[in-house]
Amino acid sequence: MAQHKINYTQNGGLPVALTSIDKIVNWGRSNSIWALTYGLACCGIEMMASGASRYDFDRFGTIFRASPRQADVMIVAGTLTKKHAEFIKRLYDQMTEPKWVISMGSCANTGGMFNTYATVQGVDRIIPVDLYLPGCAPRPETLQYGVMLLQKKIRANHASRAQKAKRLM
Amino acid sequence: MRAYKPKDDVQKKAYYTDRFYVSPQVPKFSVEDDEVFAHDLEAIKAKVEVLDAYIQVGQMVVFIKPEDNYKVLELLRDRCEYTQLSEMSAIDWLAKSGGFEIFYQMLSMNKRKRLRIKMFINKGEAVNSVEKLFRSADWSEREMFDMFGIEANGHPFMKRILMPYDWQGHPLLKTYPLQGDEFAAWYEVDKIYGKEARDIIGPELRDTAKVDRYDSERFARLGHEVPKGTKITGNEPKNEQNYQEEGGVFMIKKFDKKDSVVIDDPQR
Repeated sequence: MAQHKINYTQNGGLPVALTSIDKIVNWGRSNSIWALTYGLACCGIEMMASGASRYDFDRFGTIFRASPRQADVMIVAGTLTKKHAEFIKRLYDQMTEPKWVISMGSCANTGGMFNTYATVQGVDRIIPVDLYLPGCAPRPETLQYGVMLLQKKIRANHASRAQKAKRLM
Repeated sequence: MRAYKPKDDVQKKAYYTDRFYVSPQVPKFSVEDDEVFAHDLEAIKAKVEVLDAYIQVGQMVVFIKPEDNYKVLELLRDRCEYTQLSEMSAIDWLAKSGGFEIFYQMLSMNKRKRLRIKMFINKGEAVNSVEKLFRSADWSEREMFDMFGIEANGHPFMKRILMPYDWQGHPLLKTYPLQGDEFAAWYEVDKIYGKEARDIIGPELRDTAKVDRYDSERFARLGHEVPKGTKITGNEPKNEQNYQEEGGVFMIKKFDKKDSVVIDDPQR
């Protein structure tokens, strides 16, 4: 005997929900934000902790992908060196649209404490950033809150329109 | 941001002006004090010319001529049991004496001794590679080239190791500014977007603590956010911080504690 009996008569009598295309597409997009594994430094450890069982990113639908072609959001977790700058641009270009970028931690935001010749002073010099997370390193809760804010941002956009091309220049 | 002061002559200047200050010197001892080191020094002296030798902090320091470095290290490895080259690099003395001091830190596990071979080269000179003797010298010599611009003759792959291949300048020189020269400041912009993008992207913001609360382009006051580019007056209304929009989200049910069931029996 089925434990969960479906009541077809609730909500107006039909197992149907009426909505707009925008909403259903945004529902799909915002609840399956696949992230590109981009752990560059110690923030990457916090990012991995967010994905592991205690904080459990999977319940947000955020699954880490090792390929930019399967990813929706790039979480830049750590110090970006000038040597690596061209590769972050290349990986960002390989991601399919719509795509978003979360800059995680002080180093990715502004260069942080690495006020030196070899560090890019903020990833927004290379790629457009949607969300900046403060902290050194941010706690997994911060990253979760950031992903929830990103979900909110995705839901606020019109899905049927093409994403406005985000170009730095 | 602090103003950049040229450091070309920083070594010539007195950095401490107390007339009665005597800078502490680590005491040096004669090599004869240690039997093992005295024996090693005899072996080196029999083969090449030794400019100076002493013991400091329990380690022997031997100054040799730069052209003898391969011979001395080969002798130490094969005859004197110094089987490890634990470290090697250079010291920038360009302003003081117009060259570099190169050191090879050696370790003998059998004798439980460490000694240091030092030599002085002038600016622009190359050294003999010791990569054939010690595999650890492979990356160390590449790093020395990367950081100081000193080339090692006979090295199989004399290229930069840490900085990108197309980098200009050698960052560990004392004349190299910590925050980079003009090439370093625009490196990633020039490489990815081209020189014409410099005006659009703008110079690096080096003061990371700088916050302008009236700048709505780059900063947002938490709880008082305004659209990007709005002129901030200082008395913006407070925005409610919430995870979800008013009225809920499509197909997602908000957790209500009243509707939840607490299961007391873990076996149920």
